[in-house]
Amino acid sequence: MSLLATQALAKAFGENRAVNSVDFTVKQGEVLALIGSNGAGKTTLVNLISGLYRPDSGSIVFEERDVTRQSSYGRIKAGIARSFQIVNLFDQLSCLDNVALSIFSREGKTLKLAALASRDRAVWDEAQGVLRQFGLDPKAAVPAGAISHGERKLLDVAVAYALRPKLLFLDEPTSGVSTREKAPIMDIVSAIVRSGGITVVIIEHDMDIVFRYSERIVVMHQGAILADGSPDEIRRNDEVTTTLIGTHVTGEPAFENGNHAGH
Amino acid sequence: MTMEKHRPLLRTLAWVIPVAIALLAAPHVVGPFQTLTLLYGLVFGIAVLGFNLLLGYTGLLSFGHSAYFGAGAYTVAFMVKYFKVASMELFLAGSVLISVIISLLFGVVCVRYTRIFFGILTLALSQVLWSLAFKFFWVTGGTDGLRVPTPSLLGAAPLADKMEFLAFQYYYYVLAVFTVCVIVMWVIVHSPFGKALQAIRDNETRAEFIGIRIRRYRLIAFVVSGAFAGLAGALWAPLNGLATPDVLVWTFSGEIVFMAVLGGFNSFIGPIVGAVAFTYLKTYAVGFTVYWQLLLGTVLVVLVLALPKGIMGMVELLVAKVRRSR
Repeated sequence: MSLLATQALAKAFGENRAVNSVDFTVKQGEVLALIGSNGAGKTTLVNLISGLYRPDSGSIVFEERDVTRQSSYGRIKAGIARSFQIVNLFDQLSCLDNVALSIFSREGKTLKLAALASRDRAVWDEAQGVLRQFGLDPKAAVPAGAISHGERKLLDVAVAYALRPKLLFLDEPTSGVSTREKAPIMDIVSAIVRSGGITVVIIEHDMDIVFRYSERIVVMHQGAILADGSPDEIRRNDEVTTTLIGTHVTGEPAFENGNHAGH
Repeated sequence: MTMEKHRPLLRTLAWVIPVAIALLAAPHVVGPFQTLTLLYGLVFGIAVLGFNLLLGYTGLLSFGHSAYFGAGAYTVAFMVKYFKVASMELFLAGSVLISVIISLLFGVVCVRYTRIFFGILTLALSQVLWSLAFKFFWVTGGTDGLRVPTPSLLGAAPLADKMEFLAFQYYYYVLAVFTVCVIVMWVIVHSPFGKALQAIRDNETRAEFIGIRIRRYRLIAFVVSGAFAGLAGALWAPLNGLATPDVLVWTFSGEIVFMAVLGGFNSFIGPIVGAVAFTYLKTYAVGFTVYWQLLLGTVLVVLVLALPKGIMGMVELLVAKVRRSR
């Protein structure tokens, strides 16, 4: 059964058709990798699904409900969460606060003005638990702006995870991280999402990571889906290997991001 | 173990108790002039405390807080002039109500924007109120303002001697209101809502993507902030004896910003310290030289260059130094 399905989803920035009539489905419980060269439209697709952008046309169905016109807030409440390619954290707040905020928000407690946040033991215990799962508990009291880049990437995922989503988009969870650090990060992340039964879509450039951690791979090229299949099928697909040659060189994402920032 | 657990509380009490004693003793120790200066400081402290919910906790710099302070002061004057009210409690209630309404109206427009656009909008809207007070002189008294006599406190008639009333009865009344305001604001910034505001300040995109409706939160913060300023304006009116357009004009908004920067907007009590320090600074600068604005300007420049975290930032540095050397 598909958890999420987009139909003929399209978004153009001027002449640039970033996402061009895409039918993209995510099945319940799978770990899917979304790959493609820079400017292929991966992040735009995620931005459309998470509600950051409005599509020009097409529809998005989540759990058999049309969410195309829903606000990003409504989609989060429905169970779609995401992390960010460029780390997005609350830098002056502690790591524990960062995670706790997701929990307060999920439980609809953030509109409470007349209660002390520190008194809500259940929230803090849960936040502490999430940090422990991600191996970040030693940094609980440290401001998010003061931890290492690798830890920030993990915390970014932890903040999204703490929302207990049904579908989690991870936009390049290992970008900007040294090759040596990538596998440990992915090991932690994949163990957590699998044990939590969360459906995950990972955008990733590192092919080793993609083949090792995903069950299905969707390849995008110039705003459209080029291929869709198991890691073995994708590995054997000549069209994919030709198009993607050279793109798994790391440290690139500036272009795709810069491209969107202008719109 | 128990000592260890209560350490932060003990540390807080170690400075709160002496400060409380000093504030309670002040009218009996120092003269009425000093008491009144302190009184002004406490009143501005409430306004800046409200202002800093926006600047320090939500990351929004308002250049229009004179509007809500002035609305509070004029509400008192209108209640005196048109409804013959004399009760301070009614003044406070009326001022909070009016400043909430105005900050809600202005806030709906302002919180759609951030940074410089937000600042300019708050300034522009506050100038609208100022020009109304200025132009509709048959209602507002124009530049002459409106007289505000001494009010009754908790139903009791004021002392006949105005100075004695202000430096004793009114001082303790304001001190009580001030204490309540500090506690209320402390709870707000430490509530889940306060945490959400700080999240918005640090990263609004992410805040949105953990399910916080940022505009709604900014608006609530804006209204709470306006209510504090309005309350301060109401307390200020009998103290000043007159509601004039001076408290609606944008330079007064600038003074509120100055107070927050002086005390340190990164700390909870910074704005209060800044308000009291600024009041003394201005009082003495005005008495000392006719070029007092120049003196205050110099202080501001030195502050921004040398002490960007204000007085409280400096205190924290010193405390950290002393602790390390021990």
